[in-house]
Amino acid sequence: MKTKPRAGNDSPPSGHRRALPRPRRELSTGFVVSRILVLAVGSAVAFYAAPPLIAAESWTGLTVLAAATALIAYVYLSRRHLPLKYLVPGTVFLIAFQIFPVLFTLSTAFTNFGEGHRGTKEEAITSIQTSSVAQVPGSPEYNLSVAVRDGELVFLLVDTATKQVQAGTATGLEPVSGAELGLTGKVLSAPGFQVLTIPQAAARGAEISALTVPTAAGAIKANGLSRAFEGRAAKAYAPDCDCVTDSATGQKWTADPDEGAFVAADGSRLAQGWQVNVGFSNFTRVFTDPRISAHFLSLFAWDLLFAAASVLGTFGIGLIAALALHGVKVRGTRLYRVLLVLPYAMPAFAMFLVWRDMFNTDFGLINRVLGLHTDWFGEPVSARFAVILVNLWLGFPYMFLVTTGALQAIPSELGEAARIDGATPWHNFRRVTLPLLLIAVTPLLISSFAFNFNNFNAIRLTTNGAPFSVDNTTVGGTDLLITYTFRLAFEGGSAEFGFAAAISVFIFILVGIISALAFRRTRYQEEVYA
Amino acid sequence: MTWLRKMGWRHLVLIILTLFAVFPILFVLSAALNPLGTLGSSELLPTGASLDNFGKLFGNPNYPFLRWMVNSLALALISAFSSIFLGVCAAYAFSRMRFAGRRVGLLSLLLIQMFPQFLAIVAIIMMFTRVSELWPAFGFDSMGGLFLLYMGGALGVNTYLMKGFLDTVPKELDQSAAIDGATHAQIFFRIILPLVTPIIAVTGLLAFIGIISEFIVASVFLRDPETKTLAVGMFGMLGNDVRNANFGMFAAGTLLTAIPTVGVFLWLQKYIVSGLTAGAVKG
Repeated sequence: MKTKPRAGNDSPPSGHRRALPRPRRELSTGFVVSRILVLAVGSAVAFYAAPPLIAAESWTGLTVLAAATALIAYVYLSRRHLPLKYLVPGTVFLIAFQIFPVLFTLSTAFTNFGEGHRGTKEEAITSIQTSSVAQVPGSPEYNLSVAVRDGELVFLLVDTATKQVQAGTATGLEPVSGAELGLTGKVLSAPGFQVLTIPQAAARGAEISALTVPTAAGAIKANGLSRAFEGRAAKAYAPDCDCVTDSATGQKWTADPDEGAFVAADGSRLAQGWQVNVGFSNFTRVFTDPRISAHFLSLFAWDLLFAAASVLGTFGIGLIAALALHGVKVRGTRLYRVLLVLPYAMPAFAMFLVWRDMFNTDFGLINRVLGLHTDWFGEPVSARFAVILVNLWLGFPYMFLVTTGALQAIPSELGEAARIDGATPWHNFRRVTLPLLLIAVTPLLISSFAFNFNNFNAIRLTTNGAPFSVDNTTVGGTDLLITYTFRLAFEGGSAEFGFAAAISVFIFILVGIISALAFRRTRYQEEVYA
Repeated sequence: MTWLRKMGWRHLVLIILTLFAVFPILFVLSAALNPLGTLGSSELLPTGASLDNFGKLFGNPNYPFLRWMVNSLALALISAFSSIFLGVCAAYAFSRMRFAGRRVGLLSLLLIQMFPQFLAIVAIIMMFTRVSELWPAFGFDSMGGLFLLYMGGALGVNTYLMKGFLDTVPKELDQSAAIDGATHAQIFFRIILPLVTPIIAVTGLLAFIGIISEFIVASVFLRDPETKTLAVGMFGMLGNDVRNANFGMFAAGTLLTAIPTVGVFLWLQKYIVSGLTAGAVKG
């Protein structure tokens, strides 16, 4: 392109063009309006997002927000960086909701994060102590009024012995002045607090019984809506031995910084642990823990088989259907086409469930039509056959569409020339049509493989991993790596997020390697750069 | 007998495949019309023609089907529209402009589409636990949050298909417009977008179908019955204890969900073939 942006109509012709800076473009209405629009949207988002971050004192979050807003304002207000103007909107979402979660998964894979290992050590200690709070004879009692301050639930406590008024929150006790006491010894009103009536308080009963006010000796808990007591923590943490001791039984749990848990001499551990960095142990566990490593390999093998069978099967069926309609005029072509693509247009989630119920042992259509009483999902072989069949049904119309298009794009002269040279139809297909077809569809086959390798719905909505063996309820016969990961993270009682994240990382790597190898074998990569 | 040799195999193959393709759908249809409404009494061919199941579907307070339908359609329409817009913007930049990082960007997109978003579901949940505290309007149980999540996948396979299609639109068109003084925005909105309507229609439809069927992210994200989508809600309809009894209702719901997509699908079928292959061949 040799043209430069046109100068404004009123700019005088100049003798020394080379000395001139870039000619200014006139400020068109569109230019101004679009800039104002971008600024308005950008600042609206920033002003919506910022206050909660400030309130939560999340300075990192605020910095990221400010940087992102500044970058967007710069990109759209300046005349330069044209490609960025088109790339930024999608990229912002991509980074926030796709790349960031992946990096986060990667960092989680190096921790023991999961049920019982969520927060810091301090939080674990507080949780251990407050959860062991029990009322003991002689501990102080309080008259309780439930109040709200700045939207937060507060206990207004009157010591029954000293009549001293204090406000209790989840962070501790603080003195209250100017409180008005009623006849029952409860606080009726206090400046800065909004005292709840009994019905109002009753409506928030769950929050009230959950609120624990930590004190030096233990913690204050509500007993109903108008009384509170200070209980003693049976388990206490002592920093000098870095251990938790149960004052009733005398049992002792010592902190283990590698495990992120308090462990007793007999090996038992407290339920509340904390999150620690465990290095590569989540990754090595896949290979060293015999309970997992045996299954991991079989899971991986079945996952490969499932993905390969799905891709080759759908491609095969789709190709046969496309070939049957290709080249000559077949009566009813339009009708055949419509009926053959119907499965692709049906809602996949619902059709998986329909197929699952067609395979139902007692009520399923397949058993009734065939007069059988087979538990299809009860044996690995039949369950695997069933899920592949279901996946073929859902997937072949896509391949049918794709191969139809690709076949039409192959010049018919090639086939005719081959026929004149004496090629049989089979040779013609094998040596001319198929190679040309594969060039066109290989990229789609590869992405289809990657998709099926992680085809969560196909398993979760049909067998849900079944059949399970009696001795191991975490790995099923039709489980893919992704459904296994999901069960580890969400459906087992343990919620091992760290380990699940490590397996996710394995899946990332496996899919990446397989795809890279496959792409390397095609011309695709060269064309990408075109 | 030459007809049999030349055409017979074609019809034989096509009839077998068509039966394979159609019989589950026929089963859904007959189950939806089945007056008894249970799985055990549903046959392949309709045994009766009653609209009881549809009545039950709309009259059941436990399963607010209409609400789910509205949720799903709104979410899918808005998400499909927005993700296509984000995608076509990026595709325009990749197809028409030369800049540092273009090759890397294209290859990254190719890689990213290999990784489904829900592989990072643990991280997403932790992220949105925090978002729910800070901005409840975009937290769990909100369509807003789910929409944002889906937008994370906007630059993926869609961008790739659209870039492939854009490459087939002659560059001379936008060059001549530029000579006539059109700005890049005018070229994009007035010239490029109208020319690529077919591929936008196709990728839009695919995105729409994808979001309607999206189950896993939505199932961990939406827990309140009122905010559920069709996929999450209807999954609950076939819980273990009610699977047999609710099947007719479920089949009716499946048909109602399918009607709009099947309609649009058949209407756009011609573009789908050319759109998918154009994107694939041209890369």
